[in-house]
Amino acid sequence: MSDLWEYAPAPESRDIGNLKPSYRMFVDGQFVDGTGEPLKTINPATGEVLAEVGTAGTTDVDRAVKAARRAYDKVWGRMPGTERAKYLFRIARMIAERSRELAVLESLDNGKPIRESRDVDVPTASAHFFYHAGWADKLGYAGYGQDPKPLGVAGQVIPWNFPLLMAAWKIAPALACGNTVVLKPAETTPLTALVLAEICQQAELPPGVVNILPGAGDIGAAVVNHPDVNKVAFTGSTEVGKLIQANLAGSGKKLTLELGGKAANIVFEDAPLDQAVEGIVNGIFFNQGHVCCAGSRLLASESIVDELLAKLHSRISTLRVGDPLDKNTDVGAINSAEQLAKITSLVAAGEEEGAERWTSPCPLPDKGFFFAPTVFANVSQAMRIAREEIFGPVLSVLTFRTPDEAVAKANNTPYGLSAGVWTEKGSRILAITQRLRAGVVWANTFNRFDPTAPFGGYQESGFGREGGRAGLEAYLDV
Amino acid sequence: MSDRLSVAKTYKLYVGGAFPRSESGRSYPVADTKGAFLANAAQASRKDARDAVVAARRAFAGWSAATAYNRGQVLYRVAELLEGRRDQFVAEVSTSEGVAARKAQSLVDASIDRWVWYAGWTDKIASVLGASNPVAGPYFSFSVPEPTGVVAVLAPQASTLLGLVSVLAPVLATGNTCVVVASQAAPLPAITLSEVLATSDVPGGVVNMLTGRTAELAPWLATHGDVNALDLTGVAATQRPELEKAAAGTVKRVLRAPATEPDWTATPDITRLRAFVEIKTVWHPVGV
Repeated sequence: MSDLWEYAPAPESRDIGNLKPSYRMFVDGQFVDGTGEPLKTINPATGEVLAEVGTAGTTDVDRAVKAARRAYDKVWGRMPGTERAKYLFRIARMIAERSRELAVLESLDNGKPIRESRDVDVPTASAHFFYHAGWADKLGYAGYGQDPKPLGVAGQVIPWNFPLLMAAWKIAPALACGNTVVLKPAETTPLTALVLAEICQQAELPPGVVNILPGAGDIGAAVVNHPDVNKVAFTGSTEVGKLIQANLAGSGKKLTLELGGKAANIVFEDAPLDQAVEGIVNGIFFNQGHVCCAGSRLLASESIVDELLAKLHSRISTLRVGDPLDKNTDVGAINSAEQLAKITSLVAAGEEEGAERWTSPCPLPDKGFFFAPTVFANVSQAMRIAREEIFGPVLSVLTFRTPDEAVAKANNTPYGLSAGVWTEKGSRILAITQRLRAGVVWANTFNRFDPTAPFGGYQESGFGREGGRAGLEAYLDV
Repeated sequence: MSDRLSVAKTYKLYVGGAFPRSESGRSYPVADTKGAFLANAAQASRKDARDAVVAARRAFAGWSAATAYNRGQVLYRVAELLEGRRDQFVAEVSTSEGVAARKAQSLVDASIDRWVWYAGWTDKIASVLGASNPVAGPYFSFSVPEPTGVVAVLAPQASTLLGLVSVLAPVLATGNTCVVVASQAAPLPAITLSEVLATSDVPGGVVNMLTGRTAELAPWLATHGDVNALDLTGVAATQRPELEKAAAGTVKRVLRAPATEPDWTATPDITRLRAFVEIKTVWHPVGV
């Protein structure tokens, strides 16, 4: 079907990304050499090496935590909120000023379509700083007492799916509440966090308030386990989240976790189907499905499932998979060979377990890591593709007959991050959203994010919230 | 002085609205602070703890869906019934904690008032913790606190009634159900409180009260896959890291309390109400 429309490629210039041959870690206000083995970060859309990135060794972690402690004790922790606020406003503005550069760099390093990095990741990152800036001198109104105190040094570890945005989600509230930060970006996507470090420099943020340490999982572990870290925030897999929670047992450190999900997206028989199709597609193919809150389990009313599947196949066939820098691209590159292998193996499990596979006939680039949008029908709850987080462009379709069955199936998971409901009936929306055990429920929409709206999970999707007044609790001693 | 022999009470567990003995058949002697025998209490087993979790889970759907107004009335009703049994509790707290009658009276009065305080919170906490989110787009977005689920409460060891009420009432006020392990050495007021709960309007299974060895029962609750949260208040400091670690296996919310018991007579804040709720954010497009 995609053959029906010819379209001219509309690539964004990669020069805008201002890619440098090498990057270094950011400690105490300076870019310095780390003692870790440098890593080569690649463009997942081509496999080419983008840059060499210096990584932190365990001694560097100590150095960064000391710098953060110093900055907390001497400057940031005692600075009036009105002054902290202005630094955050500056950072928000500078992210916006450098948004094209950041968007291109993000798409290069991560593989996500430029349309998404440009329209979602970067503006939302800027918005998070802008929103939290305003809180810095208004914390007494947040409902945690008249003068809530910061915790100290925050150790933060973030994933590769929204590299800049996750850094903003972590750093902005931490700083607004008066904490200082040691952040470890993901091994495969360190670049935009280091540009954010440069922005912190340009904004004249006092040295040591933000420290950014590229590295692998061992450095993340060293950050969260460092004895002088008071607060740990982690976004990533449930498996690693459990390890961190176990490691921090008895440490007294405050912990928030934003972990995996297996969201149900429920479509009732009275749903506006064309609108639902757009939402379902956005729910699972946004960011190649590398989204913890992706709508990966479609629960369709039995009476409309055939019609819905036909519409979905037709719509998904038009999605353009390819060059992330092309403004026409809908689905970009899978972030790494490792992630592609994981998706491939779970899809194979789906076929073996008897689900009906449909894959978009779209052409795929002949190099890089790509996976064509895939839909499994006739999925049963016991199948791995209905239980495990695939974190890729793969949708599992299950059916239901009654609202009770829909709710029971939706809640039949140890996760509880997000969910979706599609129906024209207002009372049904409210009834179903109340009964879904998930931290974010989108009704007649999906994958919406805003700094004013708290985000976070139930059950094994983690605890603590990011965004809104509720999100401040994670960074205050309350 | 009558020479009539009084009828002594058998102290049992409170699970799913009923008063069973421990399935293990075990019991242990409970003494006052001077060592004089008071009664035998049931010594709950792992199986009893699991049964209690099943009962709490079963009760969750109803209790969490009850209106906030209704939950407030139910909690207030507990205060009413407690008031009616004031003398009995004064006597029991006095012997259990080894305090004079006057002191026991003030502890019981504070316990009654604490139920009233939390009863008044049920229909306000959503306004305080929830929000309408002014998102930058054509969407209506709001956030509400919902109960975390089944909470395992390891109740204070020293404060047998006021401490217990102070940890139990906020769990109920926010719509959770729970399994409580009462003070090990002085569980009698907790069991008598269960009788109050059973005869008030708290649905069976919403509160399940176990007596026995805290250190023995806590690990089973910390690892249980159907327990969503853990309150460590009554656990010895030495056992806490091990329990926190066990709780990580299912990403439980863990309330760490100070190693020494706080002054329960102090006016509480909403920290304990906030501890066992999940903020849910709902979005809907705005359009004509």
